[in-house]
Order: sequence, then structure tokens, then C-alpha cells
Amino acid sequence: MTADFPELIDTRALRIAIDDSFNLIVANYGEALEIAFLPVLRVLTAMEQFLQWLPWYVVLLVLTGLTYVMVRNLSATVGTAVMMFLIGVIGIWDAAMATIALMLTATILAVLLGIPIGIAMSRSNPMQSVTLPVLDIMQTMPIFVYLIPFVMLFGPGKIPALLATIVFAIPPVIRLTNLGIRQVDAEVTEAMTSFGATSRQRLFIAQIPLALPTIMAGINQTTMMALSMVVIASMIGAGGLGYQVLQGIQRLEVSRGLLAGLAIVFLAIIFDRIAQAYGRRMQQHLHIGD
Amino acid sequence: MTGNEMKIRVENVYKVFGDNPASVMDTVRAGASKSEILEKTSHVVGIRDVSLDIRAGETFVIMGLSGSGKSTLIRHFNRLIEPTAGRILVDGVDVLKMSEVELRDFRRNKISMVFQRFALLPHKTVLDNVICGLTIAGMSRSEAREQGMRQIELVGLDGFEHRYPKQLSGGMQQRVGLARALATDAEILLMDEAFSALDPLIRNDMQAQLKELQARLHKTIVFITHDLDEALRLGDHIAILKDGELRQAGTGPDILINPADEYVARFVNDVNRARVVTVGSLAEKAGLMPLSDANAANCDALLDDNEAIILTDDGKPCHVVGRGDRHKLDDLFRDKTVMPAAVCIDRGMVLEDGFSLLAGTQNPLVITNGSDVPLGVVTRQRVLHALARDAVR
Repeated sequence: MTADFPELIDTRALRIAIDDSFNLIVANYGEALEIAFLPVLRVLTAMEQFLQWLPWYVVLLVLTGLTYVMVRNLSATVGTAVMMFLIGVIGIWDAAMATIALMLTATILAVLLGIPIGIAMSRSNPMQSVTLPVLDIMQTMPIFVYLIPFVMLFGPGKIPALLATIVFAIPPVIRLTNLGIRQVDAEVTEAMTSFGATSRQRLFIAQIPLALPTIMAGINQTTMMALSMVVIASMIGAGGLGYQVLQGIQRLEVSRGLLAGLAIVFLAIIFDRIAQAYGRRMQQHLHIGD
Repeated sequence: MTGNEMKIRVENVYKVFGDNPASVMDTVRAGASKSEILEKTSHVVGIRDVSLDIRAGETFVIMGLSGSGKSTLIRHFNRLIEPTAGRILVDGVDVLKMSEVELRDFRRNKISMVFQRFALLPHKTVLDNVICGLTIAGMSRSEAREQGMRQIELVGLDGFEHRYPKQLSGGMQQRVGLARALATDAEILLMDEAFSALDPLIRNDMQAQLKELQARLHKTIVFITHDLDEALRLGDHIAILKDGELRQAGTGPDILINPADEYVARFVNDVNRARVVTVGSLAEKAGLMPLSDANAANCDALLDDNEAIILTDDGKPCHVVGRGDRHKLDDLFRDKTVMPAAVCIDRGMVLEDGFSLLAGTQNPLVITNGSDVPLGVVTRQRVLHALARDAVR
């Protein structure tokens, strides 16, 4: 015999209340929000169009060159060139460019938002104890849950995809900015104070530069998480490689999903290498100088 | 070197760490012990009723073992830490009453600090580190660089100005820290265990360099150390701290010869006094009398109040008569020409330098001020007393 959990409160009322109030927001502010986020959409579209307008060999050369400058490793450099070439050969170049555009835009916005939040957190213990659990929830909450309100507010399209990606990808950069600044040698910040530095001077002269390797590690993770969101984001109209995967599922074409998936892996490897090498370089610079 | 002008005055400073320090102040003032207070109120007493007077131009050493509160105390001077009670006056101005802007100004111009682990900015060159305090204060980079180069030369780092701190040895890094502190031209230099992280040989060099710099610059230096030898070498005055309480303050020889309590006595037990105590600090009262006026009767009278009589010729000491000679005064004065000559020693000499002189004469040594003006005498008994450890208290 199964004992059902007793119904202590009527959750239907609660759910209706949440839904109704959210609907109210959508009805009243949906349009305003959409207009407010129009500039973001423009940036994303411009980025996407720019990348797709560039001849394929320019993109390939730029990424290859960037790999060489950062990693200083011939096999990694050749690897980038080969992987980008393969993406073109498979015939999903445009989709890959759309994915890079979404990933970069989401990363840039996440960094622009996340670093100030991380700095604020590092300066206030109450703020840290409030923000950390929120970040935990953001990272554990199934990603589809975010999609519902965003889609309701903006309708399927690139803006909800971008916003959901930002929400999903922003925690690492916030966390590691906070951590990086808190880990800066207390004696160094104390020294700055002892010479009469304002808190802003302390931040820009000592704390941010010394925390930069850690912050870079956060940005790297954010980039990777943004990339991992592309498949899910494509379900609400982000397009790009994720959409190819989605089509593969819908049409039961293993090849389409596999190839697009492989392209996502390639992009992840390329950007991860570049970002990590950059972080390492910064670390070295901090420890032994140039 | 030590002027008389008071530079820093610490008045009854208390520092209690915890959630509500003010609430336990009554208990602290009533004299409850540190562990008692920790147990009852979970507050930690960092500094308890410390008062100090630091004069302009002197090197004042605050010494104590770890946990004695010395690093906490030094951070009160530039208000990196706020006291729970008490006053800190710098040039008569109460540091604790300064507004935020005044405090910043004070830190930028008047007081600077050298740190134990150097606290340099690893991403900036030596030169940029040195001028850090100047650029924080808003000086243009070109002007600051010029001033910074002078400091770099002063500490002997020219040629290294474009290196990064981590490319330098510990001693060199601390010289960067020193140059950075000197660059703002502050009158007061706080040095928090500045040489403790260095190798012994390098530490010796740095101490010598600091003494040399100080002879030229006449800063008011507050130096924190746990090393008694360092304290004795550098300090014009030394304060000994234990468990946040001031146990004794005075000159090095003072503390060695007259330790205020058992703790200080134990602390200074291992020091080679002969190398630290100056003969000047052991001076005993002596009567002066021109040789031409002296005779057995008036010398005998004078010896009632004095340890010895210095007989002078033209103001300069020529003979000395000690209490030990009292019974043979008549013999001595029968023929003044065969009286043994006075042996003089400069007051700044340490005891070790006086051993052979003491061995060579039966009489007390005459202490002079360097230009043959007699200041007093020092006897063998006195020196042996100063060296004897168990007789110290």
C-alpha cells in the first residue's frame, strides 16, 4: 500500500499565482523589455553577419595566427588550421560562424557583467554569502527552466537564447573574480593602503592585476560553458551548429548530428587552447616578469 | 643623533579583537588575563595599555616574540588598525581624529612602511614599484621617475630599475621596499620585521645599510623585530612587548643592565653584554679636582660622595684616585710625579674594548666624551657586575 504524501497546502494556487504574476509581467513589460534588449540583438546579429561575411580563409588565418601567438606550439597551430578547414569541408561553415558569434557575444556580456559583480562580492562578506548560493542554484538548475520565462518574454529567437546562455555561463567569471581578488596577498593591498591609496587605486593598481590569472581562468570556463549551451539554445531559435544537431534529432540523421557535434568539439578545443595559453602567459609574467 | 622633540606619542592604547570590543573593555581594564577574557567573552586582547614616546630622528625598536602584538601595534601608527581605546599623537596631532582625506594625506606624505615579505607589485618593474607611493599621491610619472631613480641609487640598486621584483634576491627586493618607502620623503618610517625574511648575512648587510642611511637621513624609524641582536644593533631605544603588554622601554644597555622583570631578564640572558653595553652606561660619579689644589685631606673628604677623584691638569684628566686608595692617600700625595697616570676610555666604547685597559691598571678607568673631558669613572667591580648574569636583578 502506498501512502501518498499528505497535501498540506494547495500548490495549484501557488502555481497559478506564480504563473499569473509572470504573465502579468509579460503582458505589461514584454514589449518594453524586448525594446530594451534590441541593442544586444543588434550586436549579436552584427557579429554573426560580420563573421559570415569574412572570407573563410581570413577567419581560418586569424584563428591560426592567434593560436600561434598565444600557444607558440607548431602542432597546436596546425591543429587549429586543420580543424577549421574540416569544419568548412563538412559544409557547416556558416552555422559554425553563427555559433562563434553567439558564444563570443554571450562571453563578452557575461564578462562585462560578471567582473563588476565579482569585485563587489570580494569587497563585502554579506554580499558574498548572498551571491554564492544564488550562483550555486544558477549552475544546478536544469537549463531548460531558464528557457521558459525567457521564451515567454521574448518569444523564440536569438535574444532569449543569448540571455539563457549568459545566465548559464556567467557563474565561473563571477566566482573566480571574487576568489582571485580575495586571494591577493593581504600584505600587498595593505602596502597600497599604507601609501594612501584610495580603494579604487588599490583595486586597479594591485588587486585586479594580481587577480588577473584567476579571472582569466574564469573567463575561459565561461567561454566553454557558453559553447556548451549552443545546442540547447538552438531549440529556442539560436541557430548555428546546435540547430544542426537539433535537426539531426528531428530527422533521425545520425550523420548530421555527429558532424555538427564534432565541429562544436573543434571550436571548444581551439578556444580553450587560446584562452588557457593566454592565462598561463599572464601567470608567468606575474611570477618572473617578462 | 637623538633629538629631544617628541615625534610619536602612544597613550594608553588598547586593542581588542572580536565582535564587540567595547563591551569587554571594562574587564580588560580591570586586569583580567588574556586567556580569561578569551574564555569568557571570546575576545582576543591584542594590545593592553601601551604607552610609548618616540623622539624625532631616533630608531625605536619594538621587540617581542610572535604573538606579542608588535605587528599589531605598529599598524596603529598609520591607522591600518584602529585601537579600541587610547590615543596616538604624531607631531601632536591625534591620528585617530583624522578624516578619511586627512588620513590619506598623512599616509601619502608623512609616514611610510616597509613590510616583512616586501609586498611589492610583481607585475611592475623595480622603478615602477619604487614610485608607486608617488603616483598614488598623484605625481606625474616623469617627475616621479626622476625622484624614484634617486632612491634606487640611494639603496644601491641602479642598473636593476627595469627588472621585475621576482628576478631579484630577497635582500634586493627588500631594498626596493625600502626605496619605495623612502621615495615619498616621509619623516616616519615604519619597518615591520623588515629584515626577518632575509638570510643572516644579507640581514647584516641590510642592518648596516639602514644605519648608514639613517645617519644621513635622520628619519624617525619605528622598527619591529623578534631578534634581540638586531634590536640592540639598530635601536636608540627599545621597547619589549609580551602578550600585548609593554614590559620595558629604554636604551639597549639599560635593558641589559636593569631588566624590569624576570621575563625581560630571561629574554636578554643570552646576549653578549660585553659587546653591547657601553662603558658610558656604567659610569659612576667621580669628583674633579685640579692637580695643583689636590692633597690627601681634601681628596679623602671628596671620596665620601664619589667613587673616585679625577685629578685634572688644564682640564684634562691626568691621575685618578679611587676608594681603594683611601688608606694610602698620604703615600700617594707625597710625590705627585710618581702617581700612576689616568687611563681614559671613550664613553661610546663597549665593555669588550675596555677589558685590556682594565687589566692594565689597578685604578678605575676615566670615561671621557671624546675630547678629553672627564665624565666619570668605571670600576672593575662595576664591569664584572654588569657582566654577571645572576647579579642582574
